[in-house]
Amino acid sequence: MKKPDNYVNFQFASKSSNESFARSAVAAFVAQLDPTLEELNDIKTAVSEAVTNAIVHGYPEEIGKISVKIRIFGSNLLELTVQDWGIGISDIEKARSPLFTTGNEERAGMGFTIMESFMDSLKVRSQEGKGTTVVLRRKFHRRHRP
Amino acid sequence: MKEEEISTLYLSISGELDQHRAGEIIEEIREKIHCTLPKKLILDLQELTFSDSSGIALLLRVKRSMTQIEGELEIRNTQAQPEKLFRIAGLSSLLQS
Repeated sequence: MKKPDNYVNFQFASKSSNESFARSAVAAFVAQLDPTLEELNDIKTAVSEAVTNAIVHGYPEEIGKISVKIRIFGSNLLELTVQDWGIGISDIEKARSPLFTTGNEERAGMGFTIMESFMDSLKVRSQEGKGTTVVLRRKFHRRHRP
Repeated sequence: MKEEEISTLYLSISGELDQHRAGEIIEEIREKIHCTLPKKLILDLQELTFSDSSGIALLLRVKRSMTQIEGELEIRNTQAQPEKLFRIAGLSSLLQS
């Protein structure tokens, strides 16, 4: 794919208290695409799921590093990459199926299903013991401006 | 200490709901349910501005707690973002139309 027109990368510790920071940071950067409130909420929801998965499932026993890369192509294509270097996923297909969870009772097992519903595409790469990378894409509909 | 049974318990959740906050909120709600054994729980989500799937797990657990005491759950005033999420998760029957 061609070079992005704009990008930002940031890293943070896999602490659940950083979930709201990650959502807010992504929303602040995405604001330049002039999204509707619904589009912005969709992005925040997907980010929250991806980051929570990395915190809860990537690093179940320790605090590790999570990286978020946001790239903008042209005037309306957003690509979000959430990466961890945790325990990885042994069976990606199973992890992506609705209601499957290895987490505690606070998880509904719907993280990947929600990411798929709120974004245009979802790619998951994972290797046991090496970590997981989730790539989410969303095209924004341009609105007519007066 | 067991408090007196009441007919309707009103509770509300405000702010943003994610995995960081969900555990504590679920425990607080369950404790109130078990202390008061209401016939009906009204959960007001007017001030809930954001929820991820932690909110889905929360609603399912609150529903289960109310079912266990043969009580009713009514969810009110759900805002646009949580409403879209809960409907995608198949929780439409829990929400007021």
